[in-house]
Amino acid sequence: MAARPVGPGRGRPAVKSEGSPPTGKDKLTTSAMIASIAAEGQRTRPAPFGHALVELARSREDVVGMTADLGKYTDLHIFAQAFPDRYYQMGMAEQLLFGAASGLAAEGFMPFATTYAVFASRRAYDFIHQTIAEEDRNVKIACALPGLTSGYGPSHQAAEDLALFRAMPNMTVIDPCDAHEIEQIVPAIAAHRGPVYMRLLRGQVPLVLDEYNYRFELGKAALLRDGTDVLIISSGIMTMRALEAAQALSNDRVNAAILHVPTIKPLDTEAILREAARPGRLVVVAENHTVIGGLGEAVAALLMRAGVHPAFRQIGLPDAFLTAGALPTLHDRYGISTAEVTRQIKQWLR
Amino acid sequence: MATLANAPTLAQRARNIRRNALRMGEVQGQGYIAQALDIADVLAVAYFHAMRFRAEDPAWEGRDRFLLSNGHYAIALYAVLIEAGIIPEAELETYGFDDSRLPMSGMASYTPGMEMSGGSLGLGLAIAVGMALGLKRKTSTARIFTLFSDGELDEGSKWEAIMSAAHHELDNIIAIVDVNNQQADGPSKQMLGFEPLVDKLEAFGWFVQRVDGNDLDAVVGAFDAAMAHAAPKPRMIVADTLMGKGVPFLEQREKNHFIRIEPHEWQLALSALDAGDQP
Repeated sequence: MAARPVGPGRGRPAVKSEGSPPTGKDKLTTSAMIASIAAEGQRTRPAPFGHALVELARSREDVVGMTADLGKYTDLHIFAQAFPDRYYQMGMAEQLLFGAASGLAAEGFMPFATTYAVFASRRAYDFIHQTIAEEDRNVKIACALPGLTSGYGPSHQAAEDLALFRAMPNMTVIDPCDAHEIEQIVPAIAAHRGPVYMRLLRGQVPLVLDEYNYRFELGKAALLRDGTDVLIISSGIMTMRALEAAQALSNDRVNAAILHVPTIKPLDTEAILREAARPGRLVVVAENHTVIGGLGEAVAALLMRAGVHPAFRQIGLPDAFLTAGALPTLHDRYGISTAEVTRQIKQWLR
Repeated sequence: MATLANAPTLAQRARNIRRNALRMGEVQGQGYIAQALDIADVLAVAYFHAMRFRAEDPAWEGRDRFLLSNGHYAIALYAVLIEAGIIPEAELETYGFDDSRLPMSGMASYTPGMEMSGGSLGLGLAIAVGMALGLKRKTSTARIFTLFSDGELDEGSKWEAIMSAAHHELDNIIAIVDVNNQQADGPSKQMLGFEPLVDKLEAFGWFVQRVDGNDLDAVVGAFDAAMAHAAPKPRMIVADTLMGKGVPFLEQREKNHFIRIEPHEWQLALSALDAGDQP
């Protein structure tokens, strides 16, 4: 494991340092913002959000694109190239970005506003709350680097975005898994009238769900795989991890079902209760988000309210400021890599 | 625009706005009364000299938009909306009560004629930028009027929007900043210095005028010049106003950001207003 200097910062998990200090040789690089979440050799598709938005904008003249100095890093540059006169560069000013998005929506346009998830959720929360959600404006917020998809450290790791936007009335919240899903989400949220927060995977985005005959439907969960021993309820990239983990678990004759829940709010309570109530299965919720206030706690509360009490576990990021580093290292360290998902489930089933 | 010979004068409009605000204040016994009194002249000129609107159709597409960024001035805007006939006068009695369309802080979802929900400060000019961009997209000649307070200049978002409006050459924005030098904790200039305001705004690329916000002729002149200005710049009117204007015993109150008035004082305030209005 790569060691890091352990600072005095409170709340940080101690990182085990094995042997001598790191030399930098033979270590994974941080990769920082440009890190791809695609594994080597994995099928990918470039900029699915940007291309889907261009496709949408061909038939909908009310679509405009807006960003706060992150067009190239949210795949919005694809839209900017196709529709330069419908693209608004607002500068590095997220409060302005979302206030102005509200103004454009008030005049009948449908802004797709992009930035990083940390800046929308943390810096501009009040502006989204007051000018967009409270006024129920038709603004679609698409944010890159959700959860732990950057090795750049807490400044760029949006571990709390789902909790924050789940708590905001009127807001629809979506956590997509792959390129296939993002392509379908764009027209689906355009057809829905009201504010939407969607997590964005950008660049070379993994392609997974096309093999599962999957179609995104707003507010609906999808059973991607059935199984008798464990039910994994997951969103976002964790569905990808869960599918890989299920394969690994089957080698140990563990039979895993996977319920993919891309819409975090409103939750598909019917599908979740139906699947979780089936007897004899451990229920594991897996999310690329702090275990506080995201999908895991949403599902737990739903089950408690409905009187459904399966054995229940959560896979997610710890309540801590995460370290900087290479994504594969960090995903292992914080338990959301395929190997760690597999290991944890096996341990719980023992 | 008041063009009929028997239409009320702007001075009468301003007086009526102050009266409406005082009557609503009496309903609750407290409120942002001093601000309503200080900004009444500016609002009279905005609504009854400068802006295009249809009282019977507040959402008319061709209307000029008025964005009240300082939501706590809602009582002042309700007073204008009543004077303009957009809100029935009888609703004045419901101010601040449960289920009223006139909550104490201005919200678009409650009140006809309200274009944004305020309360949290520093929002209005950012929305104005988006609306102005949207109006230009639609090739609409409608304009955005937006009012904010000197205290809001503390908010960084204000300066983001000030830069943006100039960058996008949003000549369809006419912003008014109410410089009454009073914030929640004391005089604005002691909270976070914002002068020299005109120099700053001009350096940011705006067409700026500074006027006595309680001098009706000066305010009319400023709105006319703002609307007639030829350069592709957003326009700002810096209006110096007096808290409590028109009611001498309120003008002299030291703590007048949020004031309480004893029950018997409301009638005194209304009388003082009328007395001051005599030639």
